[in-house]
Amino acid sequence: MAKQIADIQKEESMILQKDMIADHFKALANSNKLGKKVVYTFVPGNLNELIWAFDMLPVHPEINALQSGMRKKSGDYITEAEKFGHSEDVCTYVKCDIGMMKKGNIGPTGEKLPEPDLLLLSYTGCFTFMKWFELLKQEYKCPVVMLHVPYQADGKITPEMSRYVSEQIRKEVVPALEKVSGKKLDEDRLQELLASSGRAEDDLCAVWDAGKITPSPIDAYFGGVYYIGPIFTAFRGLPQCEEYYKTLRAEVDYRIKNKLGPITPEGHVVKEKYRLIVEGPPNWTSFREFWKMFYDEGAVVVASSYTKVGGLYDQGFRHDAKRPYETMAEYCLGCYTNMHLPGRIDLLERYAKEFKADGFLINSIKSCNSFSAGQLLIMRELEKKTKLPGGFIESDLVDPRYFSAANIKNRLESYFQMVDAKRGA
Amino acid sequence: MNAPDIIKRCLGLYQDLDFAYVKEWKKKTGKSAIGFFPVYVPKELIHAAGMLPVGLMGAGDQLEIIRGDAYFQSYICHIPRSTIELAVSGRLDCMDGFLFPAICDVIRNLSGMFQTILTKKYIKYMDYPQNFKRELGGKFYQYEMRDLLAGLTALSGKPVSDEAILNSIGIYNENRRVIEELYELRAQSPHLISAYDLYLLVWSSNILEVTEHTQMLRDYKKDVLRTADSVRPQDNVRVVVTGAFCEQPPLMMIKSLELSGCYIVDDDWVLGARYITGDIKAAGDPLLALSDSYMYQAVSTASRYEGDQEKGRFLIDQVKRRRAEGVIFCAPSFCDPALLERPMLHEALKAAKIPYTSMKYAENTGQFQVVKEQSGTFADSIKLWG
Repeated sequence: MAKQIADIQKEESMILQKDMIADHFKALANSNKLGKKVVYTFVPGNLNELIWAFDMLPVHPEINALQSGMRKKSGDYITEAEKFGHSEDVCTYVKCDIGMMKKGNIGPTGEKLPEPDLLLLSYTGCFTFMKWFELLKQEYKCPVVMLHVPYQADGKITPEMSRYVSEQIRKEVVPALEKVSGKKLDEDRLQELLASSGRAEDDLCAVWDAGKITPSPIDAYFGGVYYIGPIFTAFRGLPQCEEYYKTLRAEVDYRIKNKLGPITPEGHVVKEKYRLIVEGPPNWTSFREFWKMFYDEGAVVVASSYTKVGGLYDQGFRHDAKRPYETMAEYCLGCYTNMHLPGRIDLLERYAKEFKADGFLINSIKSCNSFSAGQLLIMRELEKKTKLPGGFIESDLVDPRYFSAANIKNRLESYFQMVDAKRGA
Repeated sequence: MNAPDIIKRCLGLYQDLDFAYVKEWKKKTGKSAIGFFPVYVPKELIHAAGMLPVGLMGAGDQLEIIRGDAYFQSYICHIPRSTIELAVSGRLDCMDGFLFPAICDVIRNLSGMFQTILTKKYIKYMDYPQNFKRELGGKFYQYEMRDLLAGLTALSGKPVSDEAILNSIGIYNENRRVIEELYELRAQSPHLISAYDLYLLVWSSNILEVTEHTQMLRDYKKDVLRTADSVRPQDNVRVVVTGAFCEQPPLMMIKSLELSGCYIVDDDWVLGARYITGDIKAAGDPLLALSDSYMYQAVSTASRYEGDQEKGRFLIDQVKRRRAEGVIFCAPSFCDPALLERPMLHEALKAAKIPYTSMKYAENTGQFQVVKEQSGTFADSIKLWG
């Protein structure tokens, strides 16, 4: 019989993050009273520093959707959206968000989210974002500003691509933010925020790098989604974000010093048995159950691609305060989902080698064509290049109908046997 | 050639998954062929480079998918499966390059799959601007076109002159005009041109050299008008069919819609051939002219961002212009852009009091009874209460 899930063990960084989120949602709920304007925007390629430079409050609809998934509310929201004519075939983040809105737009802390004053459509690596904000525009009747970010089709960012994005930020996004906020952009403030981002990014990279140690003191997927929380969402550029990453880095350093494994909801991983690379987002509706299938087997994810959707910092990118427009453009262009398929294969191959992985696993998400289309080829290419065993499981982001625990567990068990067999061979 | 023979020829082109016409053209001219995926590419540039643009729209219901399914999960649409099947079975070997327009995440990633599988071919992802300011998106699109020209020049060894592009713009203007004439004739007298015929006629623009295609359409029109008196109109309902900008419905589905009592007076099938409305300026800076046409003369479709425009306005105008009585949303399963667009268009039609119905298909759908029943009931309801 499966072991009961114990009380969650928490570290200081987790408590810090929880408080940051609670404060942010409180501010959002009181945005009218505080006289703050609200900008809805997306995680990949977000312009957080710019939004904060105008003292506006960012909301990330996909974060609301994943929070709804973790709080077991997404199923109802998706059904609600489908009642309004949304197809069962399309992205469940979108349907979850629309359903949440139709049911009163209550955020994760139980308070009502404010309506947007502006939809900042930073369109990086996902076509669905575009339709999503077209849909929200119809609901909220508020202005939308589009930031079109070209795709790295040949695996590189050309000067023309960079110029196109930075010019849009300068000529379209900034004026839109100025109009809605009623303020002129304070470039000094923007530079301060960008400099802060760079420092937090340094600390996050030190955390990612720790995955190369055996045994790994971090889990770069299940733990990783907590590590990316502040920097991918509302907080990049703020002092509390810097503090979070300093704290997190210190915790990881402590684990390295004491040869401790990553922390899970049931304590540290005692014996690292499998070191894995994971491609694709996690499932949110059964997140703990999903994670448990790994740590019960001693499987630790040492590097993952999902934790790079909001920035490939480990590949060298840092926000550079001296070149504010250019750096924001390069950030948008460089996110993982904006990479071409051969580039994704190369990166995962590098991870497998640098992190001394025993194998790689793809969690293919029904809702996310941006990630999923081509993943079977990625698997085959990686097997060929790394000679490591590849596993393939399927689930969804926030639609509980597409998480079959028994099926996934079964596949994972077979996969771990395959890794054992390869080791023995 | 009379109209039935022309349609027979078009059907032959449609069914030929070995691209005999393309191979023959290459043998005759000694030049290259460039395959492109839906929806739109500036074919004028390929033509100006002396090459044959070849529209690739999957394999419909004609190919058993064996290897293609091993590349895609069950929840991915069908067109990339048949496309990969065509590629790995060697049927696309006659293409010297491939263009993948930016329309959705699946086609975008398919470009990377082609880069991985067909490492010796010229492969370009055409990134179209979603910013429609001439000095921003326009400039970027011109950069994309210059990059395409550089790729074509590397293939042919010959640079492409502005004069050649302007000449090609003129040739494609003519082609678009004739296609529009046929659509107009169909809207006026839908009993003269069936949707099935018009679909095949426009589809053949995927394969035929453009001047040959234009002449064929003219011949068809002439023959149809010659025999017009012998055809009697039926008491059918006039509908616009929309939602299929990329993966195409099976031919039998088009027939089924018609047989259920609908005259299809407009559609978005093979949309690339009609993506630009009106003529493109065939003078001055050709890249600026092409860029302006993309930005300001294009149809409305789910893969384009519509910022300031009113959602559904294009469709409502289309319904009015073609005097349609209703709309059938006919979208491929798992097509995110089309299916996310649909609720917005539903709302717009509801507000305009235009009846609609919705259905889904895959390019290899084989059962049409349900389609016929649904569209037949829709047509009946318009006749009774519309």
